[in-house]
Amino acid sequence: MSTVPRTPQSVAERRAAAPHASMFLRMLLRAAVVRRGRAASALLAMVVAAAVATAMMNLYVDVQAKLRKEFRSYGANVVVVGKDGAFLPPDAISKVESVLGGRGMAVPFAYVVARTPAGQSVVVAGTDFERVQRLDRWWSVSAWPSATGEALVGMRALPVVSPERKPFDLSFQGHTVHLTPTGTLQTGAAEDSRVYLPMSDFAAWTGVQPSTIEVAANGSSEELNAVVNRLAQTFPNADVRPVRQIVEGEARVLGKTRATLYAAATLIILTAALCVLATLTGWVFDRRRDFAIMKALGASERLISGFFAAEAAALGAVGALLGFVIGIGIAAWIGRVNFNAVVVPRLSVLPIVLAGSIAVALLSAIVPMSLLRRVQPAIILKGE
Amino acid sequence: MFARLLYESFRRQKRRKLLAGIAITLGVAIATAMIAVATDIGDKINRELRSYGANLLVSPQEDTLDVEIGGVNLKPPSDGNFLNEADLPKIKGTFWRNNILGFSPMLPVNVSLGSSGQQTTLVGTYFAKKLNFGKDQFTTGVRNTHPWWRIQGSWPADDSEDVLLGEHLARKLNEQAGDTVEIAGQAHHVAGVLSTGGAEDEQVVAPLHVAQQILGKPDAVRRVYVSALTKPEDALARRDPKSMSGEVWDRWYCSPYAQSIAYQLQEAIPHSHAEQIRQVAQNEGTVLSRIQGLMLLITLAALFASALAVSAAMATAIFERRREVGLMKALGAGNVAVAALFFAESTLLALLGGLVGFFAGSWLAHRIGRSIFDSQITIQPVLFPVIMAIAVIVTFAGSAAAIRRAVQFDPVFALRGDA
Repeated sequence: MSTVPRTPQSVAERRAAAPHASMFLRMLLRAAVVRRGRAASALLAMVVAAAVATAMMNLYVDVQAKLRKEFRSYGANVVVVGKDGAFLPPDAISKVESVLGGRGMAVPFAYVVARTPAGQSVVVAGTDFERVQRLDRWWSVSAWPSATGEALVGMRALPVVSPERKPFDLSFQGHTVHLTPTGTLQTGAAEDSRVYLPMSDFAAWTGVQPSTIEVAANGSSEELNAVVNRLAQTFPNADVRPVRQIVEGEARVLGKTRATLYAAATLIILTAALCVLATLTGWVFDRRRDFAIMKALGASERLISGFFAAEAAALGAVGALLGFVIGIGIAAWIGRVNFNAVVVPRLSVLPIVLAGSIAVALLSAIVPMSLLRRVQPAIILKGE
Repeated sequence: MFARLLYESFRRQKRRKLLAGIAITLGVAIATAMIAVATDIGDKINRELRSYGANLLVSPQEDTLDVEIGGVNLKPPSDGNFLNEADLPKIKGTFWRNNILGFSPMLPVNVSLGSSGQQTTLVGTYFAKKLNFGKDQFTTGVRNTHPWWRIQGSWPADDSEDVLLGEHLARKLNEQAGDTVEIAGQAHHVAGVLSTGGAEDEQVVAPLHVAQQILGKPDAVRRVYVSALTKPEDALARRDPKSMSGEVWDRWYCSPYAQSIAYQLQEAIPHSHAEQIRQVAQNEGTVLSRIQGLMLLITLAALFASALAVSAAMATAIFERRREVGLMKALGAGNVAVAALFFAESTLLALLGGLVGFFAGSWLAHRIGRSIFDSQITIQPVLFPVIMAIAVIVTFAGSAAAIRRAVQFDPVFALRGDA
């Protein structure tokens, strides 16, 4: 460019030789740069709308998974019980875990009725304390047993087996075991009347194997049904049933929350789109003089329409991209503040936001254009 | 003159005013609807969480130990103490009676079935029993405390001799709804087959008086499941009520914590011990606070977005009127006069848009409540001035920058049309 002297003639020649598209692009760019105040306010509206839409869609998808995780604190949603009290196979727990594939947890329970030296019956359960701690987080336990010979005693069983919290004896089918009450357990349910032992102690004392496995499976109700079916195939000699109280309660609360979230998302996105439409329509309408001048200079209707449409589409695209980034930020912030977990950015939202933004922008260009097309350029240029 | 300018501005620029007005109306409507839903969602979700069933359990104070595995009672049936059925309506006389959504008494007895003599448990309960306390009449029973119970057939009436058979038991006995089954030597009509996904699937469920008759103890109740709306547990709730001083104790007693409602149930029913069912009661708080927090944050985001949208619309509306400003200033109007005109216009728009938006938003909230929760979402009257104030402030703030720029613009350039 520097080799050619910049005389008006050479400039005109170069411009004439340049492809037609460059003029189009120049107009687009200059419109954005010269009138940046107006373009910026239109872009701001676009960015806000796209950001809100991105955040809402991202949350809508992700929050359900997050809430499902919260609902798992209600404990087991599937129970595997040996038919008629039969023992489950010794490798049952590992089989259950392979069915779950890391998406959930399982706890074995074995029960017998033992007698205190005074002849009182009490239910004694053997379990895996480490797993119970993770599954049944509502158990209020003063201290978890860690060594052999230590037991966890339910609040209501305590006065019966060990009123002074001293070591006590229990007998089952002639075998007696000596236990130390390490901690007390309070749940407000049947667990309060039982004595819990580590599974190894329990098996050594009674010879009884687990007959119940409580399973907490993560995921949607379809995934849960699949887990139930696979467990039923794995254990033909056991009853596998979903805990309806938990499953239905969860489905209900989650359904309502999802519906509320959906309503909120729809409303917010709709409002944002309408506001963008109003702002952009004003912006295009405000440029009727540009339109009139182009038309007066002999530009075809198609070229002018193309120009305004391209401008709107570019605005929509840029706004959508910026808004997407900000929206992901908002969703991540909400995820961190409310769920202490990361909301995964979903790229699948991007095309929707992009297409929606461009569509809204185009729509807001087309409406004033069709109005302006009917007006004589001279009237507009006169300033009416 | 000022009023005339204002009036003419609205009369002549209907389109621009309409656009700005629509933006404000939409923004306010969305803000109103979101705030109304967010403030009420706690109560709504709390009620939905009651579908997890009872969160409080009342049992006799001097209770003997339950010997029960997988819902099968291994204890002699007449063992232990009982509550008195006549005391139950007093539950509706406690301080938090309006928070108690329902209760179901349970009386399990061991029975033998038919000619085969198979042993099983029969549980006596209320299905949907009409009770009176003072002048209040209310209906309570498993149909509202155990909403996950499903039956094939029909629910037995509480004063009938009809029974429900658990799903597994019915299959074992090869019985269906409408058949007759012999329980403890007496023939009973099977009203329906019950499916619960729990221990009841192996049991017989009957009206309470049937179980009392078999046991031979009229008025006896083994335990009562109470479903109550509670407030999530906090530091005060966890304190031991015995260690509290007068004022703190009053505050504890008058808060709907699971613990304080349990305490009041104990006061209402003689010789009873009430306790929260931790699996249900403890988790409600977490789920509730998560959903409430989520709605609150979304409301904040929505408020922020609508504030920005209103600002953008106002900025556009004012920016379009540079020539007017130029003309006014050329005619000798001071900056203050011009700014005052614009601010007056903004305020008027904000008030109009705010008014329409508030009612539109209330209607939206109402519709959301109807369609999702089947109940009203209450709009607090205090919301109205708050929303109007927010609308005016946001419109003001949105216009301020644009007005400042418009006022500072050189009238010569403005009139020449060089923006």
